[in-house]
Amino acid sequence: MRRIDSPARVWGHYASLIILAIICLTPIWVMVSTSFKNEVVIFDAKPVWFFFFPTMENYDYILTRGKFDRYFVNSVIVATVSTFLTLFLGGLCAYALARLEFKGRRFVANSTLLVRMVPPAVLAVPAFAMVVTLNLNADLVVLIFFYTALNLPFAIWLLFGFYKQIPVELEEAAIVDGASPLQVFFQVLFPMMKSGYAVAGIFTFRIAWNEFILALLLTGRNSRTLPVGAAGFITDTGVEWGRIMAMGTLIVIPPLLFTFFAARQIISGLTAGSVKG
Amino acid sequence: MAEETLITAGKAKTGGRTLTPYFFVLPAGIVMIAGLLYPVADAFYLSFYDWKIGTKFAKAEFVGFDNYIRMFSDPDVRESIWVTFRFGFWTILIEMIVGVSLALLLEKPIRGASLFRTIFILPLMVSPVVVGLIWRYLFDARVGWINYYLGYLGIEPQVWLGDAELAFFAIVFTDIWQWTPFIFIIVIAGLQALPSEVLEASRIDGANWWQQIFLVKLPMIRSILLIALLMRLIDVFRALEVMYILTGGGPGRATELLSLHIYNRAFDAQLLGYASAISVLLISIVFLLSLGILVVGNPMKEKSDI
Repeated sequence: MRRIDSPARVWGHYASLIILAIICLTPIWVMVSTSFKNEVVIFDAKPVWFFFFPTMENYDYILTRGKFDRYFVNSVIVATVSTFLTLFLGGLCAYALARLEFKGRRFVANSTLLVRMVPPAVLAVPAFAMVVTLNLNADLVVLIFFYTALNLPFAIWLLFGFYKQIPVELEEAAIVDGASPLQVFFQVLFPMMKSGYAVAGIFTFRIAWNEFILALLLTGRNSRTLPVGAAGFITDTGVEWGRIMAMGTLIVIPPLLFTFFAARQIISGLTAGSVKG
Repeated sequence: MAEETLITAGKAKTGGRTLTPYFFVLPAGIVMIAGLLYPVADAFYLSFYDWKIGTKFAKAEFVGFDNYIRMFSDPDVRESIWVTFRFGFWTILIEMIVGVSLALLLEKPIRGASLFRTIFILPLMVSPVVVGLIWRYLFDARVGWINYYLGYLGIEPQVWLGDAELAFFAIVFTDIWQWTPFIFIIVIAGLQALPSEVLEASRIDGANWWQQIFLVKLPMIRSILLIALLMRLIDVFRALEVMYILTGGGPGRATELLSLHIYNRAFDAQLLGYASAISVLLISIVFLLSLGILVVGNPMKEKSDI
C-alpha cells in the first residue's frame, strides 16, 4: 500500500531528524564539554565546541573538595529505597485493582488518578510543618516517605495496565491448585511483570533522583541530595561554570544510562498515559 | 468484561467474603493518604492561620478567611497567575504546533528511528535543576553562547535573565526545548497505531495530503492530543525547578510561576499561612484539570470498565 518514496523525500526525512537531534543534543554537549574546560577556555569570548585541551580540574575539585560523595550517597539511598518501596506497595495495590473484586475498588482507582497530580509545591508548606512540629531529624527517611507517596499513583496506574495485559487463566489455574493471592502475586505474576516493573522503576527512580524542592526544604547540611548540592553552586559568590557543569554531568549520568539502555521502556511509559494499547 | 478478568479472591476456598484485597491496597493507600491527602488537607487548615517561620504553630493566630481575602486582592499573586497562564499559553501552543507538525511529517517508520527516538527523549530525562543550570550558562550575558551567536546576526549582547521580557522568553524557550520532544513522541506513537485500512480507504476516496491530516488523522488521535494538552497544562502548574535556577522568579516577578510563588512566599517572605492559601488555589486549579483528564481518558476505565 505504501507509495515508494523518492530519494529526495527520504533524504529530507533524515535531514530533519538529524537537525532535531542536534537541537536536543547541543545543550547537553555544552554541559559535558564545559565540564572539561578550564576557566581560560570558558571565559574565552568565542564558544569552543570541540577543540580544546581537556582538563579534569573541575571534577577533581568537586570530587575531593566538595561534599559530592555525601550528596551522591544520599541521592542513591533516597532514590533506590523509595523506588523499591513504590514498586512493592504499588505493585500490590495495582494487582488488587486489576484483578481482585472488592468494595470500593472504583473509588480507590479514581482517587489514585486524582492525587497523581498533586504539585510538589503544594506539599512544601505542609511537609515543612510536619517536620517542624514532629521534630523529625532523620531527614532522608522523610524524603523517602514523600517520594514514595508522590510516585505511587503513577506507578499504580502504569502497573495496572501491565497486569491487565496478562491472561487471567494463569492465575485461575494457580488458585484452583490452592495458591493464596500472595503466592499468585509473587510466584505466578511477578516473573511476567518484569518489564512493567522496569518501566515503573525507571520513572520512579528518575523523579526521586531529580526532585529538588522538597529535598531543598527537608534536608540539612549532611542529608542534601545531588540536585540541592548542584543548585548550591549557583548562589555561591562567583559562578564557577566548569564546576557547575561537572556536577551537572555527574547528576545526569544515571538518567542518561537509562535512556540509552531502556529507551523502549521509557517511551512505553511516556505514552502509557495517552496512547492506549 | 470486568467480571471475566476479576478474581474473587479466596472465594473458591472460603466461600465467603474476604479481606485479602484490602491488605493489598491498604499499604499503598496509607502512604498516599499520609503523604498526599493529609498534606493537602493540612495546607487547607494552615491557610486559616497567620503563621510565621521560626514561631511555634501553637502561637499562630487564627485569621479566618483573611489570607484568602488578601490573596484575591494581592497584585503579586495576580501577576504570578498571569505569568503562569502566559507561560502556559506560549509553551503549550508552540510545543503542540511544533511537536504535532513534526510528528505528522516524520511519522513514517524509517531505519534508525529508534536511535533518533532515544536522542529525543534525552531532554526529558535531564534533571530539571541541571536543565536550569545549562540554560543559565547559555543565556549568560557575559559568557553565554546565545549572545555570541546572535552577534553574527548583528544583535547586540542582551542581559537575558535581567530583563523582564527577555527572562520570560528564556523560560519559555527552555521549556520548549525540554518538552516538545514529549509531544512529538506520543503523537508519533498515536499516529503509528492508527489502523492502516482507514488511511488507505480515505486515500482511495480521493483525500489529498491535507485532507488526510485534518479530516482523518488528527480527528482520530484527538483524545491523545487532548490528554497531552492537559498533562502539559498540569505541568505548567507544577513547574518550578527550572525557573528557580534560571531566574529565581525574577526580575521582579516576571518569571515567577505560581508554584515558585508559593515557595518564595513561604520560605522567603516566611508567610506559611498565606502561602498555604495560595497552595489551596493551586491545588484547586490542578484538581479541575485532572478531572478533565479523568473524563477524557481514564486508562483504567478504558481497559476494565471501572
